[in-house]
Amino acid sequence: MKPLTPVAPGARIALGVGFFVVFVALWSLATFGGFVQKTFLADPLTMLRSGWTLLTEMGFAFDIGMTVWRVLGGFLIATALALPLGVAMGAYKPVEAFFEPFVSFARYLPASAFIPLLILWAGIGEAQKLAVIFIGSFFQLVLMIAVTVGNTRRDLVEAAYTLGVSDRGLIRRVLIPGAAPEIAETLRMVLGWAWTYVIVAELIGASSGIGHMITDSQALLATDQIIFGIIVIGLIGLVSDLLFKWANRHFFPWAQLGK
Amino acid sequence: MSNAPNILSVRGVSKRFRSLHGETLALQATDLDVAENDFITILGPSGCGKSTLLRIVAGLDTQTTGEVSLDGRRIAGPGADRGMVFQSYTLFPWLTVRDNVCFGLRERGLPRAQQLEVADGYLAKVGLKGFANHYPKQLSGGMQQRTALARALANDPRMLLMDEPFGALDHQTRELMQELLLGIWENDRKTVLFVTHDIDEAVFMGSRVVVMSARPGRIKLDRVVPLAHPRHYSIKTTPGFAQLKAELTEAVREEVLAAQAANA
Repeated sequence: MKPLTPVAPGARIALGVGFFVVFVALWSLATFGGFVQKTFLADPLTMLRSGWTLLTEMGFAFDIGMTVWRVLGGFLIATALALPLGVAMGAYKPVEAFFEPFVSFARYLPASAFIPLLILWAGIGEAQKLAVIFIGSFFQLVLMIAVTVGNTRRDLVEAAYTLGVSDRGLIRRVLIPGAAPEIAETLRMVLGWAWTYVIVAELIGASSGIGHMITDSQALLATDQIIFGIIVIGLIGLVSDLLFKWANRHFFPWAQLGK
Repeated sequence: MSNAPNILSVRGVSKRFRSLHGETLALQATDLDVAENDFITILGPSGCGKSTLLRIVAGLDTQTTGEVSLDGRRIAGPGADRGMVFQSYTLFPWLTVRDNVCFGLRERGLPRAQQLEVADGYLAKVGLKGFANHYPKQLSGGMQQRTALARALANDPRMLLMDEPFGALDHQTRELMQELLLGIWENDRKTVLFVTHDIDEAVFMGSRVVVMSARPGRIKLDRVVPLAHPRHYSIKTTPGFAQLKAELTEAVREEVLAAQAANA
């Protein structure tokens, strides 16, 4: 194999699917072969069967819906606030100087560590779940958006000025459209992180959601249900990732050129 | 041409850069007058401050001393009255070729239909009519610079500033670009200030050639190019061209050697 040589599209898909096959095969070998006790790790078939039961008889679809709603809600609030602040920080250096040190500090605060506090402040309702996701994603978003906007090519800025653009026009017509594809990539990445925060938030003090189902299953030693829950999270993450990628390609065709 | 009124006047403009090692004088106090409809090429070794001078005229850099005025008004920053074409490719990658050319017109609030009319006219002039809906990354370097030229011209600036716009192009493309630009200039005589280190380019296109000394830059030589317009590319092999080229080559060579000696 030569480093950095591209792989054919067909081979790429085959290799990607291949690993899933290997993974399931090893899992089947470990469970059906009796190398691991059922109490600790359910086999794939049992997992699928109890997944079906969860969905058809135990209202798991509602839990999935709740979790998706929480992620999207918290993430959208974080995005709505992070976008203007991030753009302002990227464009105006005094604004950046004012917020950047605090945001850099705040983004290292683990969102999960806020859960006890947030339960105290907001109870165990939806506000608390949204707040966890907000804290986990807002500061990351602000910082990355600010960096992206601040990294706008200076020669493009100069060209715009010689074409008579105003300072506000520069932000609206150069800084934002130029940074948009990378900001969209940032959103895609941080949405992935938001998924991990929501599950943590639901492990503690929740009465619905995928994380809640997983905690319940732990009490019953139902590893089949836990694994099914984890796989559902993975699948939803994969789907949202693909949707985001598709949207980016659709909205920013120019950014795909020459890649 | 020297009878035409001055539109640009550069008076005692100098530039000092502050760096870790103290201050560097990039440009000595410089005077330069540019007459309406002139095509002035500024020639000099790299690092002589010719781009600095152009950027000060553009309003992108500020001078340490002196004053630049356009039509009698002091220049305090960049503006649409001085269109610029850069050496690097500065088309906005998120806009199509047509929308790049419309950029300045849209900023002025021109109705879309009029924007398109103007833009398509200039795209035709630079021979890119069929590429209006392409994105910059789909174009070759020469085509990108042609678009950048159309973008600057569409804004109808008082003068055009060009900072080695063909410097990154291959030799053949560069020569074609020179003919294209010269042809456009011969048509509308838009005042041009053109920085280059290519002597052929400076003589072929310029109605006046200004040679700058090695850093700290100052104007060392100022020659009117005694070649009639319209100029055909074959003019490059005429005795008049060769004579001026020889003189300028000598003048620039001295400065390159001086710059090397200063760095040694």
